[in-house]
Amino acid sequence: MFSAKIFGALVGATVLALSASGAVAQPKDKVKVGFIYVGPVGDHGWSYQHDQGRQAIEKAFPGKVTTTFVESVPEADSERAIEQLARTGHDLIFTTSFGFMEPTLKVAKKYPNIKFEHATGFKRAPNLATYAAKFHEGRYIIGQIAGKMTKSGTIGYVGAFPIPEVIAGINAFYLGAQSVNPSVKIKIVFANTWYDPAKEGDAAKALLDQGVDMLAQHTDSPAPIQAAEARGKFGFGQASDMERFAPKAQLTAIVDNWSDYYVARTKAVLDGTWKSEDTWGGINAHMVVMSPYKNMPDDVKKLAQDTEAAIKSGQLNPFKCPVIGQDGKEIECKGQGALSDEQVLGMNFYVKGIEDKIPQ
Amino acid sequence: MTTFEAILLTIVTASTPLLIAALGELVTERSGVLNLGVEGMMVMGAACSFAAAVTFDSTLIGVVAGMLAGALMAALFALLVLGFAANQTGSGLALTILGLGLSGLIGAPFVGARRDPVAPIDIPGLSDIPVIGRLFFEQDLFVYASIVLTILVGLYLMRTRSGLTLRSIGENHTSANALGLPVWRVRFWAILFGGACAGLAGAYLALVYTRFWSPGMTAGRGWIALALVVFAAWRPGWVLVGAYIFGAATVLQLHAQAAQFGVPSQVLSAVPYLATILALLLLSIRHGRAIGAPGSLGVPFVPDR
Repeated sequence: MFSAKIFGALVGATVLALSASGAVAQPKDKVKVGFIYVGPVGDHGWSYQHDQGRQAIEKAFPGKVTTTFVESVPEADSERAIEQLARTGHDLIFTTSFGFMEPTLKVAKKYPNIKFEHATGFKRAPNLATYAAKFHEGRYIIGQIAGKMTKSGTIGYVGAFPIPEVIAGINAFYLGAQSVNPSVKIKIVFANTWYDPAKEGDAAKALLDQGVDMLAQHTDSPAPIQAAEARGKFGFGQASDMERFAPKAQLTAIVDNWSDYYVARTKAVLDGTWKSEDTWGGINAHMVVMSPYKNMPDDVKKLAQDTEAAIKSGQLNPFKCPVIGQDGKEIECKGQGALSDEQVLGMNFYVKGIEDKIPQ
Repeated sequence: MTTFEAILLTIVTASTPLLIAALGELVTERSGVLNLGVEGMMVMGAACSFAAAVTFDSTLIGVVAGMLAGALMAALFALLVLGFAANQTGSGLALTILGLGLSGLIGAPFVGARRDPVAPIDIPGLSDIPVIGRLFFEQDLFVYASIVLTILVGLYLMRTRSGLTLRSIGENHTSANALGLPVWRVRFWAILFGGACAGLAGAYLALVYTRFWSPGMTAGRGWIALALVVFAAWRPGWVLVGAYIFGAATVLQLHAQAAQFGVPSQVLSAVPYLATILALLLLSIRHGRAIGAPGSLGVPFVPDR
């Protein structure tokens, strides 16, 4: 009985979808937007920033847009949550973690007249777009700041897992540091977790104990930068502005800014101009935002601002060729004057000067 | 401060919450009750202690609130498993899930707030002794409290009449009941003690270790505390040893990475767990039998009428 009911509902939905599909490109008066978050909104990091984007939509289209979100959705169990949003009248659904890729694709195929957007994935469909941000651009800038500011000559990096996204961040950070300080050394610790404040803090302390005085992080909680603050050293915020946790230590933060993108995509649905595409924006697209440069001398601040401007205008690419691998050989340059997007997205090597090995 | 001293100091902070939570669970289990809700009580302790500490701007009030929150959660568990003789495994798991959810709700208004570090207690003169000085005589109050607590729990269980009563109820509640021992009352207080300890461990995490609140911040430490009790074969002294081995393995693997020893970090992350398995193996070889578990552990008590 139960399954027959569901089947009936599905058939009904498909019929509705088919009959409505002719009207896809029509402008709408009201739009309902749903979000699926992998973590709690209060994580200060990844999910928190996506929720800021959600709030920006509500502000941008008063009376026209309603939003809902589901937080802390386990990736393995996300299909149910996504389908729930699809069934409850949402026109546009953002799923905001890499692990939601397959479930989003599956639900998107079932509901062809609903628009889906999946963050950091690579599978698209006529009603499923993808988007991500070039955080490595920001990491190049903080690398330069760290290279300039370090007194011990050793900078540190707390990574989550040795995956391409994190490796690319480490390389961009180190290349930035090397560009202003050729002899700079880097120490890397993987916490093997995205989110365990105490462990992230311990990882940071281990680096600080071993002579690191500039700390970058690619894990989600403010614990690492807070450890830097407690030791009188410096660090960089991750995902959101972490100044309130480390007012003396934070030099700047790489802020994920999804607001502009979310507002633009919602507007596209309102106008009936939404298309499935792949967006990979950086500083230029205002998806990656540097929080105010603080606690540093004016010349370093100027350097950081100039680099930010150069990246924004397209003059500077953190992975401009030649990029030299650890073995001293040049990495094949598949993009135009720089590594191609695919090479950056699949990065599995450290650049020359990093003495550590990638854990395999 | 040398690197060596620094490493030792970090190990102490990493071990302390595990030790406190495991001691509480040890007492609960010695009375014959298995409470799998340590993670839930701990995270509630973290949320409530942080909320109270920020609201009243007092670490002390925070600590008390954390312990009360843990004890309240434990009281709920006691109502289920003592009052209704419910399945302890299921009730404990439910307690963990409830704690993780409820703490998120309580902590929500305090996301983004921060507390200043709790100053370590510096014992003048003694803390200047090289290497061991700072390690032994310049810690925060929680660290000293956890050591004292270990000794007190050990003395209570092994050297007092009341401790003997608790242990005998844990070994065989039917006989204990026949002898006229107050099974329910003793278990109730043992469960409450376990909850208060878990809450205290959570308070330590939120107020000293990370100094901010974020949902789910205990990240599995409650489960490690549960494993430590088994590892320690239900003996307080071994809980201390186990907690410090675990803390040391966690911290040392991070240092090994920073020092570029070239060992894969995934392997290093597994070291604490491998150490636990190895210790269990060694213990059971030494004893040659199933070790130390209280006889009535996990069995609901329904007296004959």
